[in-house]
Amino acid sequence: MINRKTLLASLCATSLFALSTVAHADCAEPVKVGVLHSLSGTMAISETTLKDTMLMLIEQQNAAGGVLGCQIEAVVVDPASDWPLFAEKARELLTVNKVDVIFGNWTSVSRKSVLPVIEELNGLLFYPVQYEGEESSRNVFYTGAAPNQQAIPAVDYFLEELGVEKFALLGTDYVYPRTTNNILEQYLQDKGIASGDIFVNYTPFGQSDWATIVSDVVALGEDGKQVGVISTINGDANIGFYKELAAAGISADDIPVVAFSVGEEELSGLDTTNLVGHLAAWNYFMSAESDANTAFIEAWQAFAGEGRVTNDPMEAHYIGFNMWVAAVEAAGTTDVDAVRAAMYGQEFPNLTGGTAVMLPNHHLAKPVLIGEITADGQFDIISQTSEVRGDAWTDFLPASAVLVSDWKNLGCGMYNTETETCVQLTSNY
Amino acid sequence: MERSFIAKNPSVLWFLLGLAGFTIVITILSEASGAALISTSFVKTLGKTLCLCLVAIAMDVVWGYCGILSLGHFAFFGIGGYAIGMWLMYARTEDIVIASLENATLPPTPDEITNAIGTQIFGVVGSSDFPMIWAFSHSLTLQLLAVALVPGLLALVFGWLAFRSRVTGVYLSILTQAMTLALSLYFFQNDTGLRGNNGLSGLQNIPGLEAVSQATLSLWFFWASAFALGVGYVLFAWITAGKLGSVIRAIRDNEARVRFLGYHVESYKLFVFTITAIIAAIAGALYYPQAGIINPAEIAPIASIYLAVWVAIGGRGRLYGAVIGAAVVSLMSSWFTGGKAPDINLGFYVIGWTDWWLVLLGLTFVAVTLFFPKGIGGLFDLLQPRKGDAP
Amino acid sequence: MRHTILALMILLGTALAASAQTLQSILQAHGEEIASPSRNSVGVALGDIVASGLPQTTDFLEQWAEKNVWQRDDGMFFIGAEGEGLLTLTDIDTGAQSADASAEYYQLKPNGGVRRVIGTALVQFQLLDPDLTRRETAVASIARRPEAAQLAPLMASIDGEVDADLKARKIQLANFLSARFAESPMNRIAAINSLATDTSVEARAVLNQILTKSPGVSDRAPDGNIAAILDPFIDPDRSYAALVAANLAPARQSAADIKEALEANIIGGRIADLPVAQMDDPANRAAAYAALAARGAVPTLVTDEARNAALSAHVFYELYATPNADITTAAATALASVETRVASAQAVDLTLDALSLASIFFLAAIGLAITFGVMGVINMAHGEFIMMGAYTGYVVQLFIPNYTVSIVVALPLAFAVTFAAGVVMERLVIRRLYHRPLETLLATFGISIALQQIAKNIFGTQARPLTSPDWLAGAFVVNDVIRISFIRIAIFAMALIFLALILYILKRTRLGLEVRAVTQNPGMASSMGINPNRINMMTFGLGSGIAGIAGVAIGLYAKVTSEMGSDYIVQSFMTVVVGGVGNVWGTLAGAAMIGFGQKGIEWLNPSNTLAAQTYMILFVILFIQFRPKGIVALKGRAAGD
Repeated sequence: MINRKTLLASLCATSLFALSTVAHADCAEPVKVGVLHSLSGTMAISETTLKDTMLMLIEQQNAAGGVLGCQIEAVVVDPASDWPLFAEKARELLTVNKVDVIFGNWTSVSRKSVLPVIEELNGLLFYPVQYEGEESSRNVFYTGAAPNQQAIPAVDYFLEELGVEKFALLGTDYVYPRTTNNILEQYLQDKGIASGDIFVNYTPFGQSDWATIVSDVVALGEDGKQVGVISTINGDANIGFYKELAAAGISADDIPVVAFSVGEEELSGLDTTNLVGHLAAWNYFMSAESDANTAFIEAWQAFAGEGRVTNDPMEAHYIGFNMWVAAVEAAGTTDVDAVRAAMYGQEFPNLTGGTAVMLPNHHLAKPVLIGEITADGQFDIISQTSEVRGDAWTDFLPASAVLVSDWKNLGCGMYNTETETCVQLTSNY
Repeated sequence: MERSFIAKNPSVLWFLLGLAGFTIVITILSEASGAALISTSFVKTLGKTLCLCLVAIAMDVVWGYCGILSLGHFAFFGIGGYAIGMWLMYARTEDIVIASLENATLPPTPDEITNAIGTQIFGVVGSSDFPMIWAFSHSLTLQLLAVALVPGLLALVFGWLAFRSRVTGVYLSILTQAMTLALSLYFFQNDTGLRGNNGLSGLQNIPGLEAVSQATLSLWFFWASAFALGVGYVLFAWITAGKLGSVIRAIRDNEARVRFLGYHVESYKLFVFTITAIIAAIAGALYYPQAGIINPAEIAPIASIYLAVWVAIGGRGRLYGAVIGAAVVSLMSSWFTGGKAPDINLGFYVIGWTDWWLVLLGLTFVAVTLFFPKGIGGLFDLLQPRKGDAP
Repeated sequence: MRHTILALMILLGTALAASAQTLQSILQAHGEEIASPSRNSVGVALGDIVASGLPQTTDFLEQWAEKNVWQRDDGMFFIGAEGEGLLTLTDIDTGAQSADASAEYYQLKPNGGVRRVIGTALVQFQLLDPDLTRRETAVASIARRPEAAQLAPLMASIDGEVDADLKARKIQLANFLSARFAESPMNRIAAINSLATDTSVEARAVLNQILTKSPGVSDRAPDGNIAAILDPFIDPDRSYAALVAANLAPARQSAADIKEALEANIIGGRIADLPVAQMDDPANRAAAYAALAARGAVPTLVTDEARNAALSAHVFYELYATPNADITTAAATALASVETRVASAQAVDLTLDALSLASIFFLAAIGLAITFGVMGVINMAHGEFIMMGAYTGYVVQLFIPNYTVSIVVALPLAFAVTFAAGVVMERLVIRRLYHRPLETLLATFGISIALQQIAKNIFGTQARPLTSPDWLAGAFVVNDVIRISFIRIAIFAMALIFLALILYILKRTRLGLEVRAVTQNPGMASSMGINPNRINMMTFGLGSGIAGIAGVAIGLYAKVTSEMGSDYIVQSFMTVVVGGVGNVWGTLAGAAMIGFGQKGIEWLNPSNTLAAQTYMILFVILFIQFRPKGIVALKGRAAGD
């Protein structure tokens, strides 16, 4: 509470300061930051948290003097988990509100909806969520994990550390699990896992009837190989899945499960005592031990309420926003092309230790963490890699292995290294 | 004939005049004309609203006039969108692929081009093969035919089966809802080859018209939507006005009696069900290039129920009622959820409209059903006493 | 200065300790490996620790596996327990206790793979431990990582085992180990034969491990224990790839290879005298390649004929890793018999799953069977009553932490809440619309979206926990194939109870009689002194109340969200319609048909649950078209229209 009051006080002070120096011609208008997260509908729970994160970051930045000596104004809109509405709201933000940058989106389909608009109007979007890759837009910075920053290290962990020989890839039927599993299947086969030892299953959103699938997974162990589950199951469906897993008495020692879409928020809907030891892979866990993280959690809980958890996409926004501020300062303007040029090579400390670097392919270099679920709904970090460079086009699928994204030197997001041509300048949506 | 039809139905003339006037005003105010008093995104919203009005009058004919509460017409709307979307995606991607292969050492074989297009379109959903369902996507003509034929045939077969078995009333509603659910689940599967949950996107970029700005393009689509709405309105007014219209309304009021009079009720119902499905699909084909993206969530059962809600709020059994309902509710929806409506502070609690709009809509809907069965359109009856044919 | 002295003292201490062979000294020798161990490399350190034979080894290894070992900044290891920023430390060798601020210590977190290796190392110490839990841990460790060396100690420990269950388990495990690792083939075959009736995953794993085989290809049949000679023409391309991999044949050229070869041979805008511009035709490409091959510029194209000739010239086989043919034959026989049993067990398991799914559908639909089936009211808010029931359960658990008590309280409370909601809705809305059924549908839909949004506003869109008590948490296990969780059994039982209850109420009570009278002819019923308004209200309340209880059950096995109702509403209506309106038995039949149908389709295509749901709905639609009155159709006047 005190924290918030002081923040407010300093906010007032800085705005007074801004008023008194209004003669400063640059600041005729505040710098505008668009926040494009669903505040209603199915995605509201995840995205509202990110909207609040943005508001907190902007408040902190304003207290610290804003950017280019100007105050930052947040323009919040609600695309209501309605994918076409994302495109409409993005157009509104860029043409009506004239924002300088947009932070937003969660689902892949909403990003695909926004892409053509952002590219047409030359906007700038920071996308904070782990995604399936196979895309590179000149106008988007991907601060979440690409598959090689989450899925591949997790599978390596399964292969190396847990000695898993047989894989069950369970996912919700949508683009992220589909692409990720495609990549993983190929990767596992390259690693010598026979295709017969990879079991793939897709379920609809919100699936609740898991009994048959769990017994299918158990039956995989019948040839004496160590079985592991790679879960890209999304959202609510995880609850039924983990409940069934617990009811079947499957401990992490017998069949470990690593999830890519289960974080601190998702665990809060579950009693985790029976899930201790199962795994998740992210670039950030709330339990990471660093001073920056402690400060971030404190500020967040003061801003949003006691007992609120932090998660990976929040860290992505934290890094993305701070990098953007630094890039604007470096460019001396909020002009999109200038800021984009200044973004490459920007560095900012991660909350988990180490430094994130913005690469010319618009992805970050970040460490990959693997955590074990604990009884109190948190994660025990048991493995942390050094920084992994995000890869827009996976090296494990033949069609995209020949593609690279390099906006800085090649000026192309989809460059075919074999034919040495740029396939397209827009992204594929 | 034509003159007497208009004379008998002055509301048609008024509607067309109003629509034309509205179109002209928006055109003058739009960005493309230079006045720029209305943003491009608002022109798009208005264009989309006109398409929704078109599907709403189709719904009104099938429900308000013929008494079939179909909870599947928004699915037909979506199928129309998918049909046109497939061509839009294919043609746009083909342009990109051919341009990128222009400098290749060897000129590409047709197979290589097809494969490259496949990778480009389906790489996003982790596949690269061209599914059968895309066989005609290279041809605008064939896909335009598909816009009308696919939903038309689907409605014909479904309607034939259902009406033949004398499934009526709420049972038919539940059955159409099941059909919608099956369709949306079908589209949702990645194996279907329609890109699953991602759907078809980037539809606002019309192949061959890359040079035209979105401001102009949005106006063109607005005109097309207005034209389609005008034509659809006249068509439905004509259908519901003559003897055909009388039979249709009679079926609504007492199906058994019409059957005893010797009419083949099933044929009439089938005709209405199918023609409205086709019009709904055409509306969809105009709507989605303006929305930019179509995905299975668009055809979920709830969308079709909302369609019924619009018609009920606007007033069943009168075409302008459906137009009013669709326009008012969908525009209010976007106003309330857009965060532009001022929150109401009760002191102890703040009513935020993003949170409470659906509650308000739901309760309004209950109130309309209970107390104003004639909907907003019923207000016109108060203006000119005794006229109209609402139930 | 002080630091150096401290460091010196520590060094001295370590040196002293080393001479006395303390555990700490061994750990320090492997400091790096202990602090961040890896499954593949921890073995060396672990071997040294175990080989030391120190009595404190067991305790240390156990604490290490449980993440209770901490490392001080200077590298020393302690067993520690954390509390309030202060660390209670136990010296590894002396057991001396001390406390220190936790800032200078780093907690060791060995991962799951390492923990398993530690578990194996602990086996020899724990197998004869007086503590039962430790012996159980040891046996579990053996089961997880069976090794040949464990057979003898395990056998030796059987006789002394006092716990009957554990003894049985040890014998079973010893049998598994004998089948794989016993010295004499006789013993192995005996053990293998005894597995022929064991359907457990472990037994199958043992047999499959014995039958491990590897594919190979050669120009003549090899020596060794051959499992099978394969027909290469079943999948010729794959067989040829194996041939290529074994360096027995030249690789085939893919379209991309041909393209690359052509590109490499462009001379003055022509390839083998064909203009490059014509290369958009596959036939021209083939001609150009053939011409190049004729000149010897590129390898000759491997045609299908060449491939087939190469395949015919070689033997494709699978070789058992186990050289003794008697053993593999015995194992194959045993496995065949096991698999027959497993197949039938799987059929039973699938039936149980289908039964469970059907009971869930039935439970979700049973309220509708009353309000829609008997009264003819379309209640689109039925799903929201289910949701209200589930949230009632969640709220009760907030106040009553004991799960058993909270469920006992939640069930009647959920009934009460939704009964009241149903009565209110009936009085305010539905009563006015009895003669306009289509509008009931729409009005209740309005209520449905309002209720859903209100729930979102109150509870948020995040799923809320509704946890079942411990006695409902596990599963009923017949064997490793047939198992069903207790919560599903409870739902099944609940469905049966409600079926009986509703049949009883409708058929045997005064209320039921009045309900049936009012549904059949309200006018006549009211002239007989029945108050139709009251009866309608009660019936609707009853149907809604049951939906509330169903909500608690569904929330227990799946999730509690504001949208859970809409997952069930279309399904539920279809269940009622397909079964036959106006008849509770019909709803039962409908639920059974949908449940079994869906599981059947899932079984046909196990990798896509969504497809199963789609085709099930399509089937239901078609079914209704051809049998519009449902499975159990009412006949005569009661059928109405």
